[in-house]
Amino acid sequence: MSVDATTVRRIAHLARIAVSEDEVPHLQGELNAMLAFVEQLSEVNVEGVEPMTSVTPMQMKKRQDVVNDGEIADDIVANAPATEGHFFLVPKVVE
Amino acid sequence: MTDLTSLTLAEARKGLAAKTFTSLELTDAHLSAIEAARVLNAFVMETPEQARAMAREADGKIAKGDAGPLAGIPLGIKDLFATKGVRTTACSKILDNFVPTYESTVTSQLWRDGAVMLGKLNNDEFAMGSANETSCFGPVGNPWRREGSNTTLVPGGSSGGSASAVAALLCMGATATDTGGSIRQPAAFTATVGIKPTYGRCSRWGIVAFASSLDQAGPIARSVRDAAMLLRSMAGHDPKDTTSVDIPVPDYEAAIGKSVKGMKIGIPREYRLDGMPAEIEKLWEAGAAWLKAAGAELVEVSLPHTKYALPAYYIVAPAEASSNLARYDGVRYGLREQAKNIIELYENTRAEGFGAEVRRRVMIGTYVLSAGYYDAYYLRAQKVRTLIKKDFEDCFARGVDAILTPATPSAAFGIGEKGGADPVEMYLNDIFTVTVNMAGLPGIAVPAGKDSQGLPLGLQLIGRAFEEETLFSLGEVIEQAAGRFTPARWW
Repeated sequence: MSVDATTVRRIAHLARIAVSEDEVPHLQGELNAMLAFVEQLSEVNVEGVEPMTSVTPMQMKKRQDVVNDGEIADDIVANAPATEGHFFLVPKVVE
Repeated sequence: MTDLTSLTLAEARKGLAAKTFTSLELTDAHLSAIEAARVLNAFVMETPEQARAMAREADGKIAKGDAGPLAGIPLGIKDLFATKGVRTTACSKILDNFVPTYESTVTSQLWRDGAVMLGKLNNDEFAMGSANETSCFGPVGNPWRREGSNTTLVPGGSSGGSASAVAALLCMGATATDTGGSIRQPAAFTATVGIKPTYGRCSRWGIVAFASSLDQAGPIARSVRDAAMLLRSMAGHDPKDTTSVDIPVPDYEAAIGKSVKGMKIGIPREYRLDGMPAEIEKLWEAGAAWLKAAGAELVEVSLPHTKYALPAYYIVAPAEASSNLARYDGVRYGLREQAKNIIELYENTRAEGFGAEVRRRVMIGTYVLSAGYYDAYYLRAQKVRTLIKKDFEDCFARGVDAILTPATPSAAFGIGEKGGADPVEMYLNDIFTVTVNMAGLPGIAVPAGKDSQGLPLGLQLIGRAFEEETLFSLGEVIEQAAGRFTPARWW
């Protein structure tokens, strides 16, 4: 499988990365090189094989259903590029 | 006084305990070495004041006889570990001037045990790379050069700053992380020792995430014993990481010098690649001979799905990365590019903040997870991963204690020499290491010799899950036989 220029633009938008028109051919080439490389997986017989979901055979621990952290709003917004009080500021989303 | 930077961690611990020198003296010696080695670009942030304060505190504790196992030992920290109050960027422009309000679990355990932080170390952006060339702070120089050449070589990656700093004697040890070979490959390129422990052995909490099912922290050190000492402090259960295992951390150092007599060592025939340099082949044979001389039994084994590990990795890792890196949105932290609406804000911020390799991997990850392609790519890769793990399980079930392989398919190469036209050329560096991450197993890289140009080469030992001790015992045998290697200073 390989991707065309339209698909490259679509993936870029899905990934929320702005891509200029002159970057598209280059990106298309690189993505197709990677896709060509992974193509060899199609020769593996995976009939009846379970996909891996956890590499270590362990039961994932469940956390206690209690509040054990919080009241750190100052810390949460400390690195934000634009805030007002304890709120993150973004361009207008809802008209 | 002899140069304090040339000691191993174990030797420094002895000197500190005997009060031959103080942690402040040891720390100052390393801070001067760092200053004199800025051309290597191994550190992206030096924290001399914090280092001296931590050293004084350690000296106080040593004086009171209340010293932790790493009291007063100066270390470098890969810039992927969140350090409270100290800028942490993953060497990406998108994390800009991010200053964590918390400390990663692994580093907090090192400080608990008395270690001293010298600063933050360079790495490939978000740990995506095999040469430390994708860092927003620029490439790192390898302290090793080809004999008779002035060309600066890469230290490997992604933990290139860690490996370079340890090899150049700028720190006594360093933290590192390994998703596909990022501890073991740079260790092999710089004649240092690097261990990627079993998945779940170290907490991932507070480490910038790349591919969560593959990422593991581990040390890069000057000797096998030093690596064992560091891992003991770094490892351990953490309720904040649900994939960290709740089993006790052994005294890894006790495994050093333990007999390997009767151990069964597998030599996997699939790792003998076409066109593999004769020097690598020779080194591999030498390693096998050393283990045999120490009483181990060598057996040929087969890991039939080896060749599929790297392609499967380049589906699984980018897929997880595309999901993990969705958090860099220009809203909550890091870089923000202005835009007239929220979508453009995301798109412009991420285009400006991510470097070329990161953009490429996020895009391929987005593609393989997108509707209509998920089954063909991602699901198939996860099934192949099951088969790769089963290869190892079958091998260990036949009584094999560890597997010996080369660590890398070549020695270090020049900056800008690889991957320019085709990204896959760079990816092939991890061909021997990536299988280990896919199977969640522990792997150690130990320096074993030099090539004809005088560059270091390493061997890798792969162990059963949570049997890092076996790797330390076997690694020590290789280190004893091969000796230790120090680069001639040119910086």
